[in-house]
Amino acid sequence: MTGLLILAAYVAIFVASFLIVKYAVKTARRDFTSLKTVTFGDESAVKSNRIASVVSILTIFLIWASFTGSAWVPSFLHVPGPFQGIATFDYTAEADDGTTDDATVTVLVHPVGEDPEPPQVAPGEGWAKNDSDVVASWRSGLIRVDQNDEKSRDEGHRVIAVNGEPIAPGGEVITEYGRVGMSPKGTLNFEPAKGLQMESIWLPPPEAVVARVVEIARDGYRDSTLWEHLGYSLFRVIAGFLFGALVGIPLGYAMGLSDWFRGWFDPIVEFMRPVPPLALIPLVIIWAGIGETGKIILLFLAALWIMAIAARSGVSGVRISKVHAAYSLGASKWQILRHVIIPNSLPDIFTGARVAMGVCWGTVVAAELVAAEKGAGMMIMVASKFQLTDIVLMGIILIGIIGFGIDMLMRWAERVLVPWKGKG
Amino acid sequence: MSGLSIEHLSMRFDLPNGSSVQALQDVNLSLAQGELLSVLGPSGCGKTTLLNIVAGFLAPTEGQIVLNGHKVTGPDAERGMVFQQGALFEWMSVRENVSFGPRMKGQKESQYGANVDHLLEIVGLKDFKEKAIYELSGGMQQRVALARCLANDPDVILMDEPLGALDALTREKMQSLVLKLWKETGKTIILITHSVEEALLLGERLLVMAPRPGRIHKEYALPFADLGVNADLREVKKHPEFAQRREEILGMIWDMEEEIMGRSEADA
Repeated sequence: MTGLLILAAYVAIFVASFLIVKYAVKTARRDFTSLKTVTFGDESAVKSNRIASVVSILTIFLIWASFTGSAWVPSFLHVPGPFQGIATFDYTAEADDGTTDDATVTVLVHPVGEDPEPPQVAPGEGWAKNDSDVVASWRSGLIRVDQNDEKSRDEGHRVIAVNGEPIAPGGEVITEYGRVGMSPKGTLNFEPAKGLQMESIWLPPPEAVVARVVEIARDGYRDSTLWEHLGYSLFRVIAGFLFGALVGIPLGYAMGLSDWFRGWFDPIVEFMRPVPPLALIPLVIIWAGIGETGKIILLFLAALWIMAIAARSGVSGVRISKVHAAYSLGASKWQILRHVIIPNSLPDIFTGARVAMGVCWGTVVAAELVAAEKGAGMMIMVASKFQLTDIVLMGIILIGIIGFGIDMLMRWAERVLVPWKGKG
Repeated sequence: MSGLSIEHLSMRFDLPNGSSVQALQDVNLSLAQGELLSVLGPSGCGKTTLLNIVAGFLAPTEGQIVLNGHKVTGPDAERGMVFQQGALFEWMSVRENVSFGPRMKGQKESQYGANVDHLLEIVGLKDFKEKAIYELSGGMQQRVALARCLANDPDVILMDEPLGALDALTREKMQSLVLKLWKETGKTIILITHSVEEALLLGERLLVMAPRPGRIHKEYALPFADLGVNADLREVKKHPEFAQRREEILGMIWDMEEEIMGRSEADA
């Protein structure tokens, strides 16, 4: 229900902002694409709309904030929250002697985590006395209305109506403050209205996540600082990737240059390539334990095949005329390897390295989810066991930022180091 | 003995399906030092195979190539090659490409520097020394390829349709440049081309090859290359003998193509 509402709000903002930008904002586009009449189907005429990107990010935060009652957005943007305060409802009780009496139940609905006293109420007239109780928002509580009444259950005391509406065991009455149900044994159960907001154990508001980042950056989590957790994950990725590249690239070159090497390693590489690194985690843990060695071996294996295949395809991608030209210019085999084959394969190797870094980053987080003493994945795994959703969200966001940063860095290095990519 | 001789050269490719293709059959030819030979023929006549054998990239099934008294067994710096395109090294600057041969021999900048700069000036790329290869136009790239080949000072230059990918105007300019370089350096050149005009303009000797099996069909000795060294190539083309030869050779190749088509239709 809430999910559909979120989807509807998202689609509504998408359409509304599109229409506003289309008809209200004059986007001055004066490059030559503005003169193209055929844009539908011409991919080069489709450029990412900056306004759409900004609105998209803001929308995510807006929906997040308004469905969690965040302090970051004004309260009129909040969806209805859970009921809090004094809730009341009347009940009608009947005894075996046929007499009926009305009484009022007063419930203090308080925020989760507090433990207030029930409000004081006057007992009222008749044999059914007024009751009071406390219930936390998003929770529900059984209310034994007969306990203080003069006629007990032994005398056939039973509730027959709530707020004048008849109720029977298993039934319910919806009041303005929430739902009053009746258990099969005839006890009333009050569930205050939940509203549409998410409880923070499911989805904390953004400011809670930010506060967690600040807190954990300052105090650390599970005996390590935040930087140690992230640093360990990064260190494992870089160490595993470097070893993988150190072995994989020469292996790929050998496979591209020698039929014996290719024949020997092709079956191994072709078999290992489709095995997801995650499937190796149990075996690596059995063999090497959950320490650093195991993690680095796993990431080494994740990077190895990718780098070997990238180097191999880099060698096969050399135009034969370049090699012929180099031989005709008097180059030796080593000189051809050094001056022709290696530089020619660098673009392929960089592409492979980007893929390998991405895979390694994903694998390290998964490996840490399974077992680790430190690391970004371990942090969110442990937090999830204690339902610390804010730490889980913080971890996911930081993992995303680091993964994105790694890819940006690799792209930048590629631009600087192999400017001839795709220009052959 | 100086010069290049091609002796009883035959090349047969065995195909995986058991049949075989006779790419060259008993080709005999000898070239003196400083001769410019252009080779012309319809597709499939084995002219590129011939060049690859002379360059040493392929070993012939029969016969041999002898250069300056020794047998050719593999690629070597004495036989330079200019390819159609894509044989330059994009990861090197123009000057690094041109100095590739000398550098691979272990020469120092002081030994090759002046020559490389001189060659770059001859091919008109003095101001583009430090540019990347992919920043140059197709014609400029072929000039780099020529300079790179010359910087290595080979005895024979083999050109595999070096101007084939260029537009008509650039091509004409490059033809003049090839003639000029040929005269200045006195190199022996074998030039393979698809263009009858180019073969006539540049070839001191012209070889027309015929397909299936690849063989020498006819050989001409031509005056146009010598004329073209000192004159505008467009003037040379107006020469009556030029037009007559062109028509003759075009007709010859036309007939060969017709025959190939007819034969493959008969096969089908």
